[in-house]
Amino acid sequence: MHPKGYFSTFKQTRKTMATFNLKINGKTQTVDVDGATPMLWVLRDHLQMVGTKFGCGIAQCGACTVHLGDNAVRSCQLPVSAVGEQEITTIEGLSEHGDHPVQKAWLEVDVPQCGYCQAGQIMTASALLKHNPNPTDDEIANAMHGNICRCGTYTRIKKAVKLAAENNS
Amino acid sequence: MTLVKSTLGRRAFIRNTGLAGGGLVLGFSFFNSCKPKVAEAVGMELEMPKEWFEINGYLKIGDNGVVTIMSPNPEIGQNVRTSMPMIVADELEIDWKNVVVEQAPLNTNLYSWQVAGGSRSISSSWQNLRMAGATARQMLKEAAAKAWQVPASEITAIAGVLSHEASGKTAGYGDMASTAAQLEVPEQVELKEITDFSIIGTTRKNVDGKKIVTGKPLFGLDVQREGMLIAGLVHPPAFGKRLKSFNADAAMGMPGIKEVFSLKLYEDDFDKMAFHFTAFNEVLVVVGESTWQVFQAKKAIEVDWEDAPDVTQKMSLFGNQMEVKHPAGMENSEGHMSKLKELIARNAKVARKDGNPEKAFKNAAKIVERSYSCPFLAHNTMEPMNFFAHVTEDHAELLGPTQTPEWMEPAVAERLGLPLEKVDIQMTRQGGGFGRRLYGHFMVEVAAISQRMKAPVKLVYTREDDMTQGIYRPAYYATYRAALDAENNLIGFHVRAGGIPESPLFANRFPAGAIDNYLAEDFTVDTNITTGAFRAPRSNFIAGAEQSFLDELAEEMGKDPIDFRLELLKRAEENPVGNPESNDYDASRYAGVLELIREKTNWGQNQEGIHRGVSAYFCHQSYVAQVLDIVMEGDKPVVEKVTAAIDCGIVVNPGAAANLSEGGAVDGIGHAMYSGLTFKDGSAEQTNFDRYRLIRHAEAPKAIETHFVKNDIDPTGMGEPPFPPIMGALANALYKATGRRYYHQPFITDRPPLVG
Repeated sequence: MHPKGYFSTFKQTRKTMATFNLKINGKTQTVDVDGATPMLWVLRDHLQMVGTKFGCGIAQCGACTVHLGDNAVRSCQLPVSAVGEQEITTIEGLSEHGDHPVQKAWLEVDVPQCGYCQAGQIMTASALLKHNPNPTDDEIANAMHGNICRCGTYTRIKKAVKLAAENNS
Repeated sequence: MTLVKSTLGRRAFIRNTGLAGGGLVLGFSFFNSCKPKVAEAVGMELEMPKEWFEINGYLKIGDNGVVTIMSPNPEIGQNVRTSMPMIVADELEIDWKNVVVEQAPLNTNLYSWQVAGGSRSISSSWQNLRMAGATARQMLKEAAAKAWQVPASEITAIAGVLSHEASGKTAGYGDMASTAAQLEVPEQVELKEITDFSIIGTTRKNVDGKKIVTGKPLFGLDVQREGMLIAGLVHPPAFGKRLKSFNADAAMGMPGIKEVFSLKLYEDDFDKMAFHFTAFNEVLVVVGESTWQVFQAKKAIEVDWEDAPDVTQKMSLFGNQMEVKHPAGMENSEGHMSKLKELIARNAKVARKDGNPEKAFKNAAKIVERSYSCPFLAHNTMEPMNFFAHVTEDHAELLGPTQTPEWMEPAVAERLGLPLEKVDIQMTRQGGGFGRRLYGHFMVEVAAISQRMKAPVKLVYTREDDMTQGIYRPAYYATYRAALDAENNLIGFHVRAGGIPESPLFANRFPAGAIDNYLAEDFTVDTNITTGAFRAPRSNFIAGAEQSFLDELAEEMGKDPIDFRLELLKRAEENPVGNPESNDYDASRYAGVLELIREKTNWGQNQEGIHRGVSAYFCHQSYVAQVLDIVMEGDKPVVEKVTAAIDCGIVVNPGAAANLSEGGAVDGIGHAMYSGLTFKDGSAEQTNFDRYRLIRHAEAPKAIETHFVKNDIDPTGMGEPPFPPIMGALANALYKATGRRYYHQPFITDRPPLVG
């Protein structure tokens, strides 16, 4: 036992650190991090973009969903070194003024309770509509299955996805 | 006209001004302290005034007529940040478009019950919020009266405009705010008539909606500060274990890691309140530059754990002293279940007895007996536990998600050795609460870490830390028995209920008071697994058990389940058994929601392929009846629709209340059907969402409809009441759909036989 704890007295090893130029929300951002760092924490801790949420860290809850190209991915399982040239879109970059059809529908239906999971829900829903502009109820349920809402706003989420699809068609 | 005595003292305003940093800072920015020039009110941008005038602790008025209303209570998703200011705004008579909402800091001088618990935010502050708005309205009228040299009684205030009809003079609130702020607070003020409400009773959207859908920093985990360090904890891997020794050489060599140390949270003689306690009083702390680095370093610490001895914790709960025993040893779910089964078969402590239940059961022609159980649950708020603290030599600033800032403040002050007034606590929006954030040990932890590091620190739990750390919903077990005579009349009722470590019994709730011979008993089992309040504590199990049993009993007696309940309620209303005061519900309001649900669902008109279950329960001052419809898709039951009828008095924000009704139904179906936490050798077997199952999109009801009883009763809570009864409605509908009665949660693992 070390009752007084450990103090960092030696120079830290930085051999795994590297510089990454990332295309995020239409801008190039440069970070100097360990290549294994998940995009979630690059966004939140290094770029102060905290709209992407930490929920489980193992790609089971969907709170950290971002777009990689046109696809919804879980940023907690996406090492920064794997991103390369691919374009990343986060909730902050989904639209310039918060007026993406999915965001507008979310406000119209007044979906959130606590609101914590909703950025991830919106990112999954907007990727779904990009690939499938008029999804059926079953297609919505399947696409959204990886995003947990602990407050139970699922019926409103479904309504908002349908509304966004209607308004966009 | 209702006149109320104003209790807003001038002294309190001055204190608030000091505490809120001059009262001029709008909202708080996580990243810097620059004041915004515009603020978002209900999704639109409002020009900020040049000057603010603080009228009382709940509101300030800008020189341009924009009003800032403080929301005193923690926002955990129950939408008080919208509904509490709505109440102030209605009495103030201001257009909702001109309102900006700000989260109030903890201030026990100004506000009462700054707690998100017991579904009491609205009910406990209803009068204060109305009074705050009405007082300001009166002071604005008096200011105008002074300026215009007319009697204040001749001035009207409508939608932020003051008018004097006889002279034709008008002025906006902003014009009179500076004068109003100087006036003495009136001794009594006039409240609006309920029929004159223009904001209360109308749906207003979530004031944070735009920020939520655009990913703005709102939550505790979003807090960032210059020079802020990140801390993570390592706690024992099992209940019944404690720290022996550790070696952090490898962790200390990892990039970004500043320090690793062990932290003892409370001294043994610390006079704990029940909300202070923690499963593991000594933990390891890793402090570093970034979250990911800290998470990685936690895994690199080599730790030896040892068996903990028997522990007895002394603590107080609202003035009552209690002792909680945590026996040594590593517990297992199988052991829990066999212990509960063993005790349920024995006589237990009598909590209520009416008539002669022994005789009734002895003389019964038939006895119906059924047993019900549920497992431990983890709260699993989507935002894991976290908090920010910046502790200096003579001050502590805390910021983050807590349901109980007021109750945690003394524990933080004690741990830091600072006087209470040197501890300031502010609340962020919170990614769920469900009772978990009532227990704010993480606030004491981060404060102690910040003090030691002499730096601002954010403590972040991983999901695994959060799920395996304790404070779970207890495991419960209940056996219901009913005595029927030869004519199938109900002549006796007996419930025996227990749990680990508390009993779920409410001895004086329905059907107590409706049955002549009634016996309620309870028992408890000690454990070293820590438990706590979980959305609608105890009700969250016993409601489903009771409502399933009543359903089965109605069937046994050949009665419609709603008619059967209404007969019992009629008896309780007209000729209650026992002392009527001791019955913990209003039978007529209870019957009211059942009658409303019967009407709204066309109950009794069976539709081909739709299998229905009904349930009704009273808890946290509100009455909820639910009907759940199942259709079978092959051999898979699918919840097609839930209909709810709710009596929570005046509904402040109907759209938001409906959202809570929907969430309660989904949450209840989810936990009854899918969720459970099991233990092996003292460790939780589910540590993340790969093995801990929460309800997901495709499993939610396809539609949910909510109807509110219309009355003029002061509002009661909506956070908890819609959650417990749905579990009964689910079990009863599953029976209709599958021919099996489900008794043991989660139902997905229950294997009941076909009935009959």
